Amino acid sequence: MAKPKLAVYWAASCGGCDIAILDIEEKILAVADFFDPVFWPCALDTKYEDIRKMEDKSITLTLFNGAIRSDENYELAKLLRAKSVVLCAFGSCASEGCIPGLANLTSKDEILDYVYKDSPSLESGSTIVPQPEVQVPEGELHIPFLWNTVRTLPQVVDVDYIIPGCPPQSNQIAAVVEAVIDILKNGKPLPPKGTVLGATDKTCCDECTREKNVKKIKHFYRPHEVKIDPNLCLLEQGIVCLGPATRAGCGAKCASAGVPCRGCYGLPANVRDQGAKMISALASVIDSTDPEEINSIIDTIADPLGTLYRFSLPASMMRRVQS
Amino acid sequence: MSFEPKIIGFLCNWCSYTGADLAGTARLKYPPNILSIRVMCSGRVDPGFVLDAFQKGADGVLICGCHPGDCHYVEGNYKCMRRVPLTLKVLESMGIDKRRLRLEWVSASEGVRFQEVVGEFTEQIRALGPFEMKEWAFEPEVASRE
Repeated sequence: MAKPKLAVYWAASCGGCDIAILDIEEKILAVADFFDPVFWPCALDTKYEDIRKMEDKSITLTLFNGAIRSDENYELAKLLRAKSVVLCAFGSCASEGCIPGLANLTSKDEILDYVYKDSPSLESGSTIVPQPEVQVPEGELHIPFLWNTVRTLPQVVDVDYIIPGCPPQSNQIAAVVEAVIDILKNGKPLPPKGTVLGATDKTCCDECTREKNVKKIKHFYRPHEVKIDPNLCLLEQGIVCLGPATRAGCGAKCASAGVPCRGCYGLPANVRDQGAKMISALASVIDSTDPEEINSIIDTIADPLGTLYRFSLPASMMRRVQS
Repeated sequence: MSFEPKIIGFLCNWCSYTGADLAGTARLKYPPNILSIRVMCSGRVDPGFVLDAFQKGADGVLICGCHPGDCHYVEGNYKCMRRVPLTLKVLESMGIDKRRLRLEWVSASEGVRFQEVVGEFTEQIRALGPFEMKEWAFEPEVASRE
């Protein structure tokens, strides 16, 4: 019997998800043994044309990482959806937009102007901005058209499962891979569509081993501004930690290393907007009943929008900045 | 056609909803633009409800609760008092005029105050004009032209 086919694709992403897959160490051998990797731009030299020629639903599993912010990303999302039996949004970019999604704080024009005209690292007077089409002696060249708004994979195509994380933790990837192999080998039923794999339904705080007491905050700090108690809840020390509004699954690795949770595992079960939930959580720990004092405490939170929606802006209720 | 603001009002069960009731039984006239949603406490109003209202077409959101110190659940309204300024800050960064969200304290006996608050807020939203979400829904043909 032919091996089940596996595809891994990167759209708007950093490549960290691909590295995370390799990070499952010797289990990668089981993956190579069981699957036939047909498409994996990071590791294989397969062309898009080869995928187009495949029959629909001929790829058993596609792990799609990266957000959708160009015509190319979108075309590949549609293509891989058509060719795959199971399409997984793999990692934070694909499932909720992640760091590329912060582009939704601004506009395409502002981004292009900054990168190609105003950035201090450019030669002064630089005005060359890449165009989607350009005429050269050899013919017309095309590059993918950049979108004004970054989208998540589930917003543009039908997605079967979500594996959260920036990147998904290697132990969780290994567990998912083992489960998938078990399902395919033994003909077990697939989990219900839309299931979040490689994570739990609780929040990051549930996995965090720091001591938690009643939180009363008079001032918020950034991690470098205070000496951090190694055993006490970070939020309790006034550090904005997104643990209360983030899905568990990572093992609270950042918090145990003294770095606040930044929210990469996305929204917990039954939450529709991670930032809004975190506003609730922060408001609950502010220790004041005086409107003026409350405002001055809130002013100590650095960049609330960018902090609370660092990973989830394109998947949030507002999707993007409105002005 | 003239613009009629759509306003979502989250009214606390113990004070403001009763205050609104009083305005009604006292035959006080106020604009019909407010759609009241009774919540058990202003502290029940998650910032997500506010974003949800805007996303689903509200032009303004009004949250009314018991006066500070009067909360039926002791401190629910203080939670709301802290949530709203942080929500306003995030809304402002999102490019949403912060005058579109307002928190007011209305007690059960303040029917007249409810009338005034709704009247004034409705006029404010009318002056601000309709709120429209930009690029919310995914439209492939629009995305490639942006």
